[in-house]
Amino acid sequence: MHKEILESYPKNDKSTLIPLLQDIQSVYGYLPQEAINDIAMHTGLSRSRVYGVATFYNQFRLTPLGENIIRVCRGTACHVKNSANLLYSLENTLKIKAGDTTRDKKFTLETVACIGACSIAPVITVNDDYYGRITTKDIPNIIKKYQGKPKTEKQTKETVGA
Amino acid sequence: MIELTINNIKVKAEDGMTILEAAKSVGISIPTLCHMKDLVPSGACRICSVEVEGYRNLIPSCAYPVSGGMVVDTNSPRVRRARKTIVELLVENHPQDCLICVRNKNCELQDLSERYGIREHRFAGESKAHAVDISSASLERDPAKCILCGRCVRACHEVQKVCAIDFTNRGFKSTVTTPFNIGLNASDCILCGQCILVCPTAALREKSSLKTVSTALLSKEKYTIVQVAPAVRATLGEEYHLPLGTDVTGKLVAGLRRLGFKKVFDTNFAADLTIWEEATELINRIQTDKPLPMFTSCCPGWVKYIEHNYPDMLKHVSTCKSPHEMEGAVAKTYYAKKLGISPKDIFVVSIMPCTVKKFESTRPELSEESHPDVDAVLTTRELVRFFNIAGVDFADLGDDQFDNPLGESTGAAAIFGASGGVMEAALRMAYFKLTGNHLENVELEQVRGLEGLKEASFYINGKEINIAVVNGIGNVGPVLDDLRAGKSKYHFIEVMACPGGCVNGGGQPIHQKTEKVMKRMKVLYDIDKKMSNRRSYENESIKTLYKEYFKEPGSHISHEILHTHYHPRGK
Repeated sequence: MHKEILESYPKNDKSTLIPLLQDIQSVYGYLPQEAINDIAMHTGLSRSRVYGVATFYNQFRLTPLGENIIRVCRGTACHVKNSANLLYSLENTLKIKAGDTTRDKKFTLETVACIGACSIAPVITVNDDYYGRITTKDIPNIIKKYQGKPKTEKQTKETVGA
Repeated sequence: MIELTINNIKVKAEDGMTILEAAKSVGISIPTLCHMKDLVPSGACRICSVEVEGYRNLIPSCAYPVSGGMVVDTNSPRVRRARKTIVELLVENHPQDCLICVRNKNCELQDLSERYGIREHRFAGESKAHAVDISSASLERDPAKCILCGRCVRACHEVQKVCAIDFTNRGFKSTVTTPFNIGLNASDCILCGQCILVCPTAALREKSSLKTVSTALLSKEKYTIVQVAPAVRATLGEEYHLPLGTDVTGKLVAGLRRLGFKKVFDTNFAADLTIWEEATELINRIQTDKPLPMFTSCCPGWVKYIEHNYPDMLKHVSTCKSPHEMEGAVAKTYYAKKLGISPKDIFVVSIMPCTVKKFESTRPELSEESHPDVDAVLTTRELVRFFNIAGVDFADLGDDQFDNPLGESTGAAAIFGASGGVMEAALRMAYFKLTGNHLENVELEQVRGLEGLKEASFYINGKEINIAVVNGIGNVGPVLDDLRAGKSKYHFIEVMACPGGCVNGGGQPIHQKTEKVMKRMKVLYDIDKKMSNRRSYENESIKTLYKEYFKEPGSHISHEILHTHYHPRGK
């Protein structure tokens, strides 16, 4: 799958690393180990260097995304409205840390700096749905809503790629 | 020439010199952490900051060139405060277990903390928690002790070009680790230990075999044999404040006897034996059109490198075991028979300048009837610790002699520890075997010294023999690429993974200066010079060994015991 992308880039050109990583991530939704090895071969960089760059930037993921992506806003307004508590509650309920994906691959939990919906702080989003002015008590119900839900259209497209 | 002022002292400096170098030339010491001599400055740690008149910010002196009329203050209150803060921040995020740390009293962070008088914890905060990577047989990686100076990364990428480790993640979470954070045993690290030599703390260290060895020494069933590599005798004295370049062979033997080893043998014996086998293999390859060039196989780091990176070239590597494995193999076959002891009751310990030798001794193919040729490997540094525990006062020891028959050696064996030595020793023997004459001028200056690639050509019996010596694994890439492309003109190539050879091995006393390497090499060349026998074929014990056991070099039995094979390993 990513082989075609690699071929569209010149060989042994170290400066193509970041665009390559971006393009390949757009295919899989993350950077599989195999792709990192192939990128290293193609660019003439060492595997350790490619892995180093991929882990340096927040935009790159090394693990597949879950079916549902929960984003907790940690911007100033939400912070004042105690979004830290929402994050802890989500981490405890899902039994993962921010940035991780649950074992059943249902949920990925992320934090974002500001979603831009400060008027309804504190906010979390699940996929494209917004939940504002919520408290920790609402968390179990929100999660329950997505537990059995089939994949949304956008994610289906991404996972088909893999 | 440029004139500048440093701390009110007029300094004359060359154009292009850094402030750090100029200050050093007049005896002003500036601390450094990320700085590595001979490499492009990275300026990452900021500990070398100085104040320069007319500049708003502090300047990293390791990376800033001098200019005419510059006024530098390396010791202003502002500089001292900045440096102290850097050290304090590093110390706060460092496990403060100095008392039980392997680098206690030999740690740059500890020295800096002392130098800047850190006496309180000003920045108590979150500290890093990381697992120690003990997966490999040779090295341990303790990321909690890492201060992210990047010297190991640069040694691995820029000097050795193995690129096994790099910085990963960012900010507080940054660590130096392997791709995908796997254990070193599963990575393509060649375990050369050059990273240990540059690590300012104990974040990288050898995996100690001291416990195994001391248990074996206490066991009544085990007949313990120890052997010492040539390069150890050239460096051990440094740990006891003897002058650089002191030959401590005699004391070393005496010390090992005090530790309780039944026999103290010399790896140099097996180095001579290696030459018998390797020179025979080379001549055989030249005469029968087998794959040429032939590479030496003494360096296990190099062997691991080619197994990972150029597995298609493995047929070019000599099948000879490395000298210490040969010594172990001979001890557990020929010598065991002679003593009437079962090989399972013999415990062979190697004192090596090398960390990869630990990994090598665990390779399953290096064994006789399921008994490993070498049971444990101690580095030079571990031996010093062993002497200390055992109360051996090294500096006051008298001189002692190696035991025989596995202790006799020629001058050719001693120089194995310096880059170019194996080549030189092999050519002395090959010349004799091909022409029947002794090589009169045995010192081959072309293959000595510290260049990355040393080349020479000889005419033996009218045939041109081209040889090359690769000094440091970082220089081997082009040679192998040429070979793969079918453009190699060489017959014989020596490769040593560590720059300078075993005298600068990953298990040697920790330092950061190349001048030391030349002095250490000189010790070995001097041993060679003093010997009456300087050619491996003049070793009488080996002649007896062949007469009584192996018949002749390259015989069936010597192939079984003294030769090995290699495996392609994934990247």
